[in-house]
Amino acid sequence: MGFYFAQFLTGLASASALFLVASGLSIIFGVTRIVNFAHGSLYMVGAYLAYSVVNWLPHGVFGFWAAVVIAALAVGVLGAVVEFVLLRHLYRSPELFQLVATFGVVLVIQDAALAIWGPEDIVGPRAPGLDSVVRIFGEPIPEYDLALIVIGPTVLLAVWLVLNRTRWGTLVLAATQDREMAAALGINQTLLFTSVFFLGAFLAGLGGALQIPRETISLLMDLNVIAEAFVVVVIGGMGSVPGAFLAAAIIGELNAFGVLVFPQVTIVLAFLVMAVVLVLRPQGLLGRPEIHAHAPAHVREAPLQPFGHRQRLAVATVIVLLAALPMVAGDFTLVLATDILVFAVFAASLQFIMGTGGMVSFGHAAYFGLGAYGAALVVKHLGGGMVSGLVAAPLAAGLGALLFGWFCVRLSGVYLAMLTLAAAQIVWATAFQWQEVTGGDDGILGVWPPGWLADRTAYYYLALVVCCGAILALRRIVYAPFGYVLRGGRDAPLRMAAIGIDLRRHQWFAFVIAGVFAGIAGGIYVYSKGSVFPDELAIPRSVNGLIMVLFGGIQTILGPIVGALTFTVLEDQLSRLEYWRAILGAVILFVVLIAPQGIVGGLARLADAVTDRSMREAER
Amino acid sequence: MLEVNGINAYYGRAHILHDVSLGVGGGEVVALLGRNGSGKTTTLKTIMQIVPPETGSVHFDGEAITSLATYKVCRKGIGYVPEDRRIFSNLSVAKNLEAGRLPARAGLAEWTEDKLFKLFPNLRERRGNLGHQLSGGEQQMLSIARTLMGNPKLLLLDEPSEGIAPVIVEQMVRTIAELKTQGLSILLSEQNLHFARLVADRAYILETGSIKFAGTLQELESRPEVRDAFLAV
Repeated sequence: MGFYFAQFLTGLASASALFLVASGLSIIFGVTRIVNFAHGSLYMVGAYLAYSVVNWLPHGVFGFWAAVVIAALAVGVLGAVVEFVLLRHLYRSPELFQLVATFGVVLVIQDAALAIWGPEDIVGPRAPGLDSVVRIFGEPIPEYDLALIVIGPTVLLAVWLVLNRTRWGTLVLAATQDREMAAALGINQTLLFTSVFFLGAFLAGLGGALQIPRETISLLMDLNVIAEAFVVVVIGGMGSVPGAFLAAAIIGELNAFGVLVFPQVTIVLAFLVMAVVLVLRPQGLLGRPEIHAHAPAHVREAPLQPFGHRQRLAVATVIVLLAALPMVAGDFTLVLATDILVFAVFAASLQFIMGTGGMVSFGHAAYFGLGAYGAALVVKHLGGGMVSGLVAAPLAAGLGALLFGWFCVRLSGVYLAMLTLAAAQIVWATAFQWQEVTGGDDGILGVWPPGWLADRTAYYYLALVVCCGAILALRRIVYAPFGYVLRGGRDAPLRMAAIGIDLRRHQWFAFVIAGVFAGIAGGIYVYSKGSVFPDELAIPRSVNGLIMVLFGGIQTILGPIVGALTFTVLEDQLSRLEYWRAILGAVILFVVLIAPQGIVGGLARLADAVTDRSMREAER
Repeated sequence: MLEVNGINAYYGRAHILHDVSLGVGGGEVVALLGRNGSGKTTTLKTIMQIVPPETGSVHFDGEAITSLATYKVCRKGIGYVPEDRRIFSNLSVAKNLEAGRLPARAGLAEWTEDKLFKLFPNLRERRGNLGHQLSGGEQQMLSIARTLMGNPKLLLLDEPSEGIAPVIVEQMVRTIAELKTQGLSILLSEQNLHFARLVADRAYILETGSIKFAGTLQELESRPEVRDAFLAV
């Protein structure tokens, strides 16, 4: 009894920290509709800053709590600066741009923290005056945990009062619901949004700062907390602070007790709860259904043009040039070229689901990784050859997409994106923790092609044939009636339903197709590397795919190929430098701000703008 | 007071407004008439800079407001009541009013919650109710009251008589007359000529994005062919 109660209290204490991060994320999303991937980074900075300030201030009760508050305030200012410099320019952009931009911030902050605080984990100080334990039912409970249990609800109350009892709160809630109308009523939203970012970032910083007596401070804190915070926000309902509290308590307890029952699968448990909540109550426990009536203007898509003779000739030329590449290039270039081909297929499959299908996937790495693991597992456990491995890859990915897709197509917009992320995290956690089958962190080694393909050149030709074939097949699907249905469903779901089309089934099928093609890419990838690790399933891999799509431009079919080329070469070049993450992050931010339609899309838009203008002038 | 000069507005490549010019004088009630899709709402949104015009200008009190941010247009003294009311459904009536509140303007009486409840008595007893609990007519009243909280000098009313019960329409006529006597200028869009006749001094007729008629209501009466060509369903 005492033990379970102690476990219950531990759960509540971790829920408090989680609530602080998640509530900030939720408030920011509610008002600005931005899914802030950098929120975990703000949390991490809060912890590092608090550690530095504690050491700087005189040691004692006052010093500790002053440091916590100072760190949180500083993080609040940092959040406001990020909003002012970057995100303010993206409020009308599609989710993809905002997400990728905030991921750029993650990269920059990660390297900044590395530069300032170094790569070693840091053990934080204990809280003076709260550094011992009290006994409840005979079980030792850290005093600091009790303090956290009090702080959580106190902050909830304070935030609730600010939102519901002040004019600022009223304006925030009004802008949350209808930005255009709020502007028409004279509300200056730029100021309002910056202050919302301050509050959200302050809460994240507070969460991080309060965590230092409980957790070692490390550079992994950002992405570790962000996935869990997303889960909490989605379960609670995006934009709902009490919902975040409730959900944080649920996840905190789930972790505390889940550890006792299934110590290996606690991460999976949280995501499973989220998946179930989303399917039963798509807007989250305390969230309100989204009102789509006044969504910001969407990026206009030019109608897709089938290739004419000239374009066909260009494609044929590129393929011939690629085929001739081994005559001039060395092994190193061929390895890079193989990578580019693989990621072109991966990005094309992601572009297919997002651009054509209109379903934003934040977890596409799941299907790439399932393909890679599918092939590797056949080799490792069934002793299969390469052919069976390459067949198993799309099969495994397709089955995964069939399962997760069934849940995902029931949702739309950000909720769908979150569920895809959750699905990817489930797969990642499984690969990471199921040591006996997947090798866990050590991955699966020795997945090589047979002798006649062992040569780099030979394998490059295999990759070339498979990847070009895959991209052409995807393109064919986009131009088939099936593709028309998807595009129609993306732009006008109600009309598609009205002409008797079961859109959900088509979307489910599209989800599976995207998964299968990502799986093909994963299969080719694993045989070119000879090994597979859980990293192939993790968030950064998914985000890399999104960056490639964004670099190329989301609504162009050639885009992903250009994007994969640019990104892979860029990453290859940059990763030799010391602070390459920060540089990559800066490049991402630059592209998002300067060419929000991507490289191919940007050029197309330029041409478009010119014809638009001349059209209007001709009219006059 | 308000001068719209030769504005052209587009949605993407669709050319919605063609050289629209119109004006509203101080203390005047002007009706913008036209069928569904003739460009009335877009004209009002262009004035608010919600849809910034591609060419042409909008002047208010002699000052150019073209390309100002929407919130600044509002703070200059133009209040906008949208067609679909767009009240904040998750906020109470009192908070909806609070969201619209702006400082009083020199030389004009300030609107307070109490004064607005006198103008719209139904809202008083609904003060604590959430927006989505109101009836259509109550939402229309709240939407107007919320905009009045910003103490505008010019009110843009988009189809105030649309979709509300006849008894509320009558009340709306009285309200507009009352606002006019208090010195407010009003530009309202309407499909309903009968309603416009009861409240407006002058009228413009808009058809496929261009002005087809400008004049007093009496002039419009005397030219049934204009009415039949552009307003009859």
